Amino acid sequence: MALLQISEPGQAPDPHQRRVAVGIDLGTTHSLVASVRNGVAECLPDSEGRVVLPSAVRYIDSERRQIGFDALDARATDPANTITSVKRLMGRGLADIANRDALSYRIGGEAGMLRVHTAAGEKSPVEISAEILATLRYRAEDTFDDELHGAVITVPAYFDEGQRQATKDAAELAGIHVLRLISEPTAAAIAYGLDNASEGVYAIYDLGGGTFDISILRLTQGVFEVVATGGDSALGGDDYDHALADLVLAESGLTVQDDVDRAALMIASRRAKEALTTADAVTVSLELQGRRVDVPLTRAHFEAATESLTARTIAAVRKALRDARLKPEALEGIVLVGGATRMPQIRDAVAAFFGRAPLTNLNPDEVVALGAAIQANQLAGNGGADDLLLLDVIPLSLGIETMGGLVERIVPRNQTIPTAMAQDFTTYQDGQTALALHVVQGERDLVADCRSLARFELRGIPPMTAGAARIRVTFTVDADGLLSVAAREQGSGVEASVTVKPSYGLSDDQIATMLQESFSTAQQDMQARALVEARVDADRMLMATQSALDADGGLLSPEEHAAIEALRLALREAMASTEAAVVEAATKALADGTEAFAAQRMNQGIARALSGRQIESL
Amino acid sequence: MNLQDTDFELFAVPATFAQERKALDARWKELQREAHPDRFASQGAAAQRIAMQWSVRINEAYQRLKDPVQRASYLCELHGAPVNAEVNTAMPGAFLMQQMEWREALDDVATSEALDRLQVEVEAAREQALAALEALIDRKGDYLAAVQQVRALMFIERFAQDIENKSDQWGQ
Repeated sequence: MALLQISEPGQAPDPHQRRVAVGIDLGTTHSLVASVRNGVAECLPDSEGRVVLPSAVRYIDSERRQIGFDALDARATDPANTITSVKRLMGRGLADIANRDALSYRIGGEAGMLRVHTAAGEKSPVEISAEILATLRYRAEDTFDDELHGAVITVPAYFDEGQRQATKDAAELAGIHVLRLISEPTAAAIAYGLDNASEGVYAIYDLGGGTFDISILRLTQGVFEVVATGGDSALGGDDYDHALADLVLAESGLTVQDDVDRAALMIASRRAKEALTTADAVTVSLELQGRRVDVPLTRAHFEAATESLTARTIAAVRKALRDARLKPEALEGIVLVGGATRMPQIRDAVAAFFGRAPLTNLNPDEVVALGAAIQANQLAGNGGADDLLLLDVIPLSLGIETMGGLVERIVPRNQTIPTAMAQDFTTYQDGQTALALHVVQGERDLVADCRSLARFELRGIPPMTAGAARIRVTFTVDADGLLSVAAREQGSGVEASVTVKPSYGLSDDQIATMLQESFSTAQQDMQARALVEARVDADRMLMATQSALDADGGLLSPEEHAAIEALRLALREAMASTEAAVVEAATKALADGTEAFAAQRMNQGIARALSGRQIESL
Repeated sequence: MNLQDTDFELFAVPATFAQERKALDARWKELQREAHPDRFASQGAAAQRIAMQWSVRINEAYQRLKDPVQRASYLCELHGAPVNAEVNTAMPGAFLMQQMEWREALDDVATSEALDRLQVEVEAAREQALAALEALIDRKGDYLAAVQQVRALMFIERFAQDIENKSDQWGQ
């Protein structure tokens, strides 16, 4: 006889309970959070009704900070502590930041990780981004008056592995469970494609504040297949602002004396750029060195000064089309995304290249967050667009350093992810037990011209004579575009342990330390938080098991069923405990105990797909 | 169905060189619909891990099946005739002569029309090599001769890539 399940209030075992899942567009100039409500994706406003959150963080002192509009308002008076466009620093080293002088705040840091000097001490770009993400998380939790289940966070398609990892680390610091990282143009395609019931091949031209992406996607019956992608992760609307600022300085004959001047110039330049979208001429008014100056500028002048920036985007478009082996005529349409695509010169250049006007019937600021929200809703298991499937690609080739500083390619760009590639290595000294690998990303043949991602050290190789060991190293790129490495000596079957030293990111230890520091120093707070998180994880595991049992419980023998039931019961009891470790152990026990069941379900799913096909072809 | 099945078994298509690209594309999406980690996002880490193994395996098979060179190499290997392109580079003299002529022609090309003509010629050679492979593998079952033809095709494709690179340089 089946036992009745009686749940405590607030612990409903109902697997169909709605989970709060959001899409977050973490942008260079502004960020948004969106969610699906009553079947419709919409951006969530703050308490004053604004959906956009400026990606600006101001550190007032070691305790206080401002995020968003408040920070932006203080930019003119406290430029050194107001961090904007932090996305451009994510996963980068100090040497990568061109135009460092144009920043109104100071950056430094030793080899590898870059830091921003602020009134609250040195801050990594990951920590600063986490402030923005946490603000959006609170906005979502306030809106729904519930804990956030998870988020889909968008990244530029052309972000390399280091930049993606930095984004995921920032989410973790903000206490957000990342359901998936997806590319911004892909997110835009979801929102656009589902809205317009589109089929065929589309180009998504996405010029954001600091990044440019071009993605070619094939849309068929709910499958969004990225065919090729390209771009420039250091080219965006910001660069147009800088070009305009340079024009203002050249025309006025003035120079920038300090951070206050610089901030004033950047604010005035952005405003003038926006005005030139509709006006043919503007007068840029600002105070420099305490003097009021008025500089007249025409759109033609501005366009001439930024022609080479626009040309760079078109060159990337051409390259992506060639990678896709498609002619411009083969496309069903071109979708513009990103606030910077409002500039008439962008629309004209795109129209000239493709020989037709781009599609602009959606809000270029919101579409990315909306698409991410649709994907988040589905990943959280809330139903909805059930047939949606994203097949994204790795934007840049992955390789390893070989003799003489050359790159051996292991995963070519535009390969669908997840993907894995195995490579065999051997030892060159007798008794050698360790091996170092340097993984890089990029299209060039020399290591020096590619992006260094990480150094992996493999230890625990059984000692053998030189050349006798056969170490198979497997590089796996998951659906988030993140790399992991596993190594095994083929003869002995010994697994080598792999330690990762990211070239420009934070190590796991650093993240753990930051997590501890960020949750205040009070021991009690930390324990309370750990307990809350352990319970959320436990809940997630219980729900997952419930839906698996609902769908495929028939696969289990009565004994297996009983074993899983016992583990579920044990976890429910453990959840009443006030010790995080007790809850975690019970969650892990259930996870381990259902692993075989999960494998069985997967295999059945594949078999089912196959047999469906065979019946069809009879 | 398991992870050790051949690409052809996984895609439920005959183990032949001739393949219909449309059918492969459709089958790939059908399989990913079942196995992609996103389908199991709310089902815990174990399901994610297994889904990823399947999804990776399906992508690997698709990459190999849709590319003629990889597909032919794979068929040769399944029939005990590995291509070993890295160690075995011996080619017939006539073929190498033709390659050298092409290389010289590419170096001497001065107009985009001449480059286009070379491209057309190489494309024709590629079509010919593909037809020869189909005859050797699907009709004669002569995998040793097919291995030779696969290597020829690799040369041709590498050269086609060089033409494209040159055309890019000119285009910019």
